[in-house]
Amino acid sequence: MAQSATTPQRQAHYAVPSPMPWPIMGAAALFLMAVGAVFLFNGRHGGWVSIGAGFLLLLYMMVRWFGDVIRESEGGKYGRWEDVSFRWGMSWFIFSEVMFFGAFFGALFWVRQYSVPDLASIESNALLWPGFGSHWPSAGPGFMEQFSPMAAWGVPAINTLLLLSSGVTVTIAHWALKENRRGQLIVFMALTIALGLTFLGLQMYEYGHAYHELNLKLSTGAYGSTFFMLTGFHGFHVTCGAIMLSVILGRCIAGHFTPDHHFGFEGVAWYWHFVDVVWLGLFIFVYWL
Amino acid sequence: MSAVVDTHGHGHDHGHEHHDHHGGYSGVMRWITTTNHKDIGTLYLWFAGIMFFAGGMMALVIRAELFEPGLQLVNPDFFNQMTTMHGLIMIFGAIMPAFVGFANWQIPMMIGAPDMAFARLNNWSFWLLPFAATLLMLSFFTPGGAPGTGWTLYAPLTVQQGIGMDFTIFAVHILGMSSILGSINIITTILNMRAPGMTLMKMPMFCWTWLITAYLLVAVMPVLAGAVTMTLTDRHFGTTFFNAAGGGDPVLYQHIFWFFGHPEVYVIALPAFGVISQVIPAFSRKPLFGYASMVYATAAIAILSFIVWAHHMYTVGMPVTGQLFFMYATTLIAVPTGVKVFNWVSTMWKGSLSFETPMLFAIGFLFLFTLGGFTGLVLSLVPIDIQLQDTYYVVAHFHYVMVAGAMFSAFAGIYFWLPKWTGKMYNETLGQWHFWLTLIFFNMIFFVQHFLGMAGMPRRIPYYPLMFETWNKISSIGAFGFAVSQLLFLYNLFTTLKSGAQAPQMPWEGADSLDWTHLPTPVPYHTWETPPVLK
Repeated sequence: MAQSATTPQRQAHYAVPSPMPWPIMGAAALFLMAVGAVFLFNGRHGGWVSIGAGFLLLLYMMVRWFGDVIRESEGGKYGRWEDVSFRWGMSWFIFSEVMFFGAFFGALFWVRQYSVPDLASIESNALLWPGFGSHWPSAGPGFMEQFSPMAAWGVPAINTLLLLSSGVTVTIAHWALKENRRGQLIVFMALTIALGLTFLGLQMYEYGHAYHELNLKLSTGAYGSTFFMLTGFHGFHVTCGAIMLSVILGRCIAGHFTPDHHFGFEGVAWYWHFVDVVWLGLFIFVYWL
Repeated sequence: MSAVVDTHGHGHDHGHEHHDHHGGYSGVMRWITTTNHKDIGTLYLWFAGIMFFAGGMMALVIRAELFEPGLQLVNPDFFNQMTTMHGLIMIFGAIMPAFVGFANWQIPMMIGAPDMAFARLNNWSFWLLPFAATLLMLSFFTPGGAPGTGWTLYAPLTVQQGIGMDFTIFAVHILGMSSILGSINIITTILNMRAPGMTLMKMPMFCWTWLITAYLLVAVMPVLAGAVTMTLTDRHFGTTFFNAAGGGDPVLYQHIFWFFGHPEVYVIALPAFGVISQVIPAFSRKPLFGYASMVYATAAIAILSFIVWAHHMYTVGMPVTGQLFFMYATTLIAVPTGVKVFNWVSTMWKGSLSFETPMLFAIGFLFLFTLGGFTGLVLSLVPIDIQLQDTYYVVAHFHYVMVAGAMFSAFAGIYFWLPKWTGKMYNETLGQWHFWLTLIFFNMIFFVQHFLGMAGMPRRIPYYPLMFETWNKISSIGAFGFAVSQLLFLYNLFTTLKSGAQAPQMPWEGADSLDWTHLPTPVPYHTWETPPVLK
């Protein structure tokens, strides 16, 4: 790959960007959203107002900040040297996201391998919860309602197919971009977004099915907690990924990117593949096994 | 360091026109919008300083209450809030930002880079901090006050706390974001911004320790975010991650937390090692002994730090095989740490030593950090740890690492680099007074706490039996003496900035990194706009 050179030297100067007021605006936005969320979760008034104000501010900050960077990039400010920085930055960001999911996968493995079997062990059975048996899915010994787990080979299997196909379509779009076939690029980007949105629609359908027909909720013990937190955070990442892809599609339509200078595209594609891989982990360990 | 700058054909004064303006903004807006690594480093250091004094005040409340047995000044709940917030503020607000401040100032200058790789992101990493700290402080003003759980925020106590806990959770999220973004920036800067010829193995040790620290942060901060997110949903949305009735487990929280928490210890210690590895060679007028082994030892410590976390949890219930594994893995860390200590000592061996303030703090670090390491080794042993768990022995141990380790090294760094940054020389006599008073009072506070712990005094408890009174009194007097000694530092700092004597170009003739050897003192606002070429 032309872009993977480890010695990007030597441009004469690295583009050290000019000062801008957007970062502190982003910090203030997160502050407002955090205060709003605390109020909301504790039933105080004004929570939504603060969250809304923070969100709008965050949105404004992102539009302006990314707008500046896109303008600079299209203006030819960033060369190979900066490009390598973007690559490292995105790689390590995705690594941090992997570790975030790692915490929740760790929780899933812990409840399946340790805490649920331990709660069914002899001491616990005799002293605390007689008759609780170790099995998975489990909502724990204190959970009294009936629920059904989510089956792997219905909607989740279709969703797996959808996401894997979207990984293929985004790669085809990338090939198209590298060979400057703009029409194909736009069509396959749109297809990728459509697959992602279909995935999200089916996920919403699945949640509705879980809540209304399976009696499977966020509060359904260890199974419900791990199921909804893992799939929920994944769905949130798919949503972000779809928004990012849409921005890139907009830029493709606007004629941005060249066959050898398009890290904006590639970064989002990497992110999309990351979301894809996390889903495979989810499908195997949350739905299937 | 063997790098030599080829000065033929280019200079670093390329950007004359940039010298005296700060990117178009002035006054407060300069600091709010800045993308300059030196400005941002300064912001980090001021923020860390303010937090250091805020966290220190809380420590004084704790020590004042513990001056006598029984309850005098505060109620137990507020006492717990003090211990919690003291820990969170000192770790996330003081020590970590202080070292990020050093990284910002020094790494670009040391590797010949014009700035950090992501200068705007750098600004965001900093400005997230004051907002997160405000969130954390807001928790004091909520019904029920700040969390009183200890800085480890263990479930299920956190699930039962008031609204202040939610503020703390979101503060931790934002602090974590700041750390992750800052670390990505540091890694990228070191990997992509080195001047031609500055190979990885020629980098100053400080850059190496920060590269590895940043890797640790990117790996573990998201895990902490996951842990507090689970706490949040357990509190408000009916999940049962940490609730046995739902099949969850409070011990799960401890595992996730310490998977973050133990590497976090090295996040604090490694940059401190880096500063010491710059200071000791400079004042020994010898290159760092065993540079390559130092790099490998740092990497080994980082890797081992991921597989030792449960030594914080020997008493919560673990199979014996688990205890043995974590005990052996933990004792193994003594090997690379020992390599480092021997290397520092060997650097001084037959060196032409002088004992200015930075060197004094570095030698103080060497003695006291090693002592903290030894008590860590004691605590790594399961049979002993079961006796000492949650006693003042543990408090003494980690304060030897955090205060005499990280904080002494931060002071060494400030005294060492302040002349370079500001062009002003601090008052050496006052600096030495600061060192000796800090050293004496530090030991007065914490050395005696070993005895208290071995006698069985538990931590995080506001009152104690009469038999512990003498050592507690000594410790409390030490704490107030320590606090007053820091005012001496503040006075020295302010008078230096206001009217310090002109610093010579090379105040420490043994310093050999690029910033010392090839940049003027004080350093101009922009440096290395054209990368130097090293041979």
